[in-house]
Amino acid sequence: MAVALKSTASFLQLKKPETHSLNLLSFQKSSVSVKRFAPMASLISAPAVGLAETFSRLKKDGKVALIPYITAGDPDLATTAEALKVLDSSGSDIIELGVPYSDPLADGPVIQAAATRSLARGTNFNAIISMLKEVVPQLSSPIALFTYYNPILKRGVENFMSTINDVGVRGLVVPDVPLEETETLRSEAIKKNIELVLLTTPTTPTERMKAIVEAAEGFVYLVSSVGVTGARASVSDRVETLLNDIKEATTKPVAVGFGISKPDHVKRVVGWGADGVIVGSAMVKLLGDAKSPEEGLKELETFTKSLKAALP
Amino acid sequence: MSSSIQFSQQTLAVSRKNLAPERKICNPFVVVCRASVADTQTLPKNSSTSSLKKPLMITKNLPHDIHDERKVISMGKSGRFGGKFVPEILMTCLTQLEAEFNLALHDSQFQEELRTALRDYIGRETPLYFAKRLTDYYKDKNGGEGPEIYLKREDLSHLGAHKINNAIAQAMIAKRMGLKSVVAATGAGQHGVAAAAACAKLSLECTVFMGKEDMEKQASNVLSMKLLGAQVKPVEGTFKDASSEAIRNWVGNLETTYYLMGTVVGPHPCPMMVREFQSVIGKETRRQAMEKWGGKPDVLVACVGSGSNALGLFHEFIGDHDVRLIGIEAAGFGLDSGRHSATLSRGEVGVYHGTMSYLLQDEEGQILAPHSIGVGLEYPGVGPEVSFLKETGRAEFHSAMDEEAIDACQRLSRLEGIIPALESSHALAFLEKLCPTLANGTKVVVNVSGRGDKDAATVLELIQT
Repeated sequence: MAVALKSTASFLQLKKPETHSLNLLSFQKSSVSVKRFAPMASLISAPAVGLAETFSRLKKDGKVALIPYITAGDPDLATTAEALKVLDSSGSDIIELGVPYSDPLADGPVIQAAATRSLARGTNFNAIISMLKEVVPQLSSPIALFTYYNPILKRGVENFMSTINDVGVRGLVVPDVPLEETETLRSEAIKKNIELVLLTTPTTPTERMKAIVEAAEGFVYLVSSVGVTGARASVSDRVETLLNDIKEATTKPVAVGFGISKPDHVKRVVGWGADGVIVGSAMVKLLGDAKSPEEGLKELETFTKSLKAALP
Repeated sequence: MSSSIQFSQQTLAVSRKNLAPERKICNPFVVVCRASVADTQTLPKNSSTSSLKKPLMITKNLPHDIHDERKVISMGKSGRFGGKFVPEILMTCLTQLEAEFNLALHDSQFQEELRTALRDYIGRETPLYFAKRLTDYYKDKNGGEGPEIYLKREDLSHLGAHKINNAIAQAMIAKRMGLKSVVAATGAGQHGVAAAAACAKLSLECTVFMGKEDMEKQASNVLSMKLLGAQVKPVEGTFKDASSEAIRNWVGNLETTYYLMGTVVGPHPCPMMVREFQSVIGKETRRQAMEKWGGKPDVLVACVGSGSNALGLFHEFIGDHDVRLIGIEAAGFGLDSGRHSATLSRGEVGVYHGTMSYLLQDEEGQILAPHSIGVGLEYPGVGPEVSFLKETGRAEFHSAMDEEAIDACQRLSRLEGIIPALESSHALAFLEKLCPTLANGTKVVVNVSGRGDKDAATVLELIQT
């Protein structure tokens, strides 16, 4: 408990004064939009809570964050909207929403196929944004967008950040932008109060990892294995060492992803000291393989609850 | 022989002094590593690398560790193009690759082995052939006036295309790194065949990813790859999809596998490596031109898909501002048809497959599927250094449509008895527009980047229908 309190305190110190004021602004903004779209839900939920703040709240209670990932528009955006609500009410703490991309290099076959299906159905960024505008005020978990870089560049980094900020997105993961190329993203993200999550991996040397965790906002995303996203039979023991190394370098929260697909995996990773677990392909597969959206949502609920039950 | 060895040692010393690892690349206009390539014969006597400028390093506003110069990772930028837009998992791997590449460039044994392979295995140098009947054809059409047309005969390389220049050199690097297997992606199959052959020669396992559509169009190359012992993995779609799949496969097998990039795209250092190994084309051309007419070529013409044969020819001459550089893209069914591969003519700048370059993309930033009758030109991106040549205006870029390429393929076949690849035929097609604008005595060199046997069935089918 003492450890938790200590790290919470340091999170607060890390927060810059301007971030606080922006926080407030964006809270007011979303309250306004909330009134228009979902007046009742808005009063209960607190959509302005960011990623780092979510982690520090959980840590205070000795809890670990459950972070599911789904691909927007698979099987369609109406189902995605429902899925976000289901995930939110089934124990998720942060939700990662993937923006479908034509050439997702970091993703394995499951998420790649979901993105292809979604794009084939005509999902586009504006439609995703409209959906989020309606749904985010109804959620208590903050949303982090997972998107490749080119769609951001096409829209313009500044424009992209203000668009996602306007609909209440709080975090951003861009898997094909390494630390050296993050400068523009970081500065624009900070201006719009978006937390830019950075990834570290088993192939990242310690010195480099230190630079990455220093620059990361929201949380540090630890890639558990060498490879693309997708379910794996087991989680490598190497993750424990990697987690220890990161914990020595930072007090920021660390969430483990890539290959985490079962309650057993979740337990192991939590046992090694992770502050959060990210489950993607397994979720996407449930929605993608389901005979109907209703069935998919039902399975998603059961699965999310089973993962939540495996967490402290 | 002994003097040549002495010479290499000299250049080696120069290179070591001036090319410390953190002081490389970044600007293709600065001829990097010229002193160290296999083809040292072309090196001017007083060659110096003092023109090396401080490379563009991304160090501003980054956490303190990154400011430490020893930890700065070179990002390989040409202006705003290039870079390493890849998942973090690949960053260390790319750094190691770059280090190994630089060691190899400065390793006299590697250079000697590469020189031998280029000469005895690939059959270099390839001829610079005076195409007399083609020259006369254009002069006749233009009242007796027109340029002299020379063909750089990359089609005579082992396996019939320039691709082997790069494949053999990179396979040697894979071997140096102690890796057991190689993964590659191929469009027309020329790079796949080259990679398969290089791997056979060097006892490496080879897996080639290829689009299903391309496998049908380039069936003979698929057979060659299999005969050479490679495993050919079909991917839904075309080269673009095969490339993504090959990269994914590599990401999952980093500890054992080498990704053999076939062209001047992808994250740094891939474009630089491929350009370096293909630049032998331009170096030979300079020497051969000097021998044949005691000067330089006036105009260089090459087809541009992603840019490896064009950059291979152009790079040597980038500093020679009296040499016109012309790249020809594939206009497919026409630039306004939406079915082309003219990335530089119609694309916009973006990030794809790890690098910033011109791209064919939609208004959402999704990557579009390109089209060309020359399968090897079908790529929605283009090399970062080629993008830089376009942006700075150092090279001109035009395009030729499918049917123009088919006509050019037949023309060269009938006039010179040389069947060019449909890719190279795009460069030849531009002669129709170029020749009437050039005066007698102008020396034009067209890069015949590959032979057209693989395309014979396609061409005949189209002519007959």
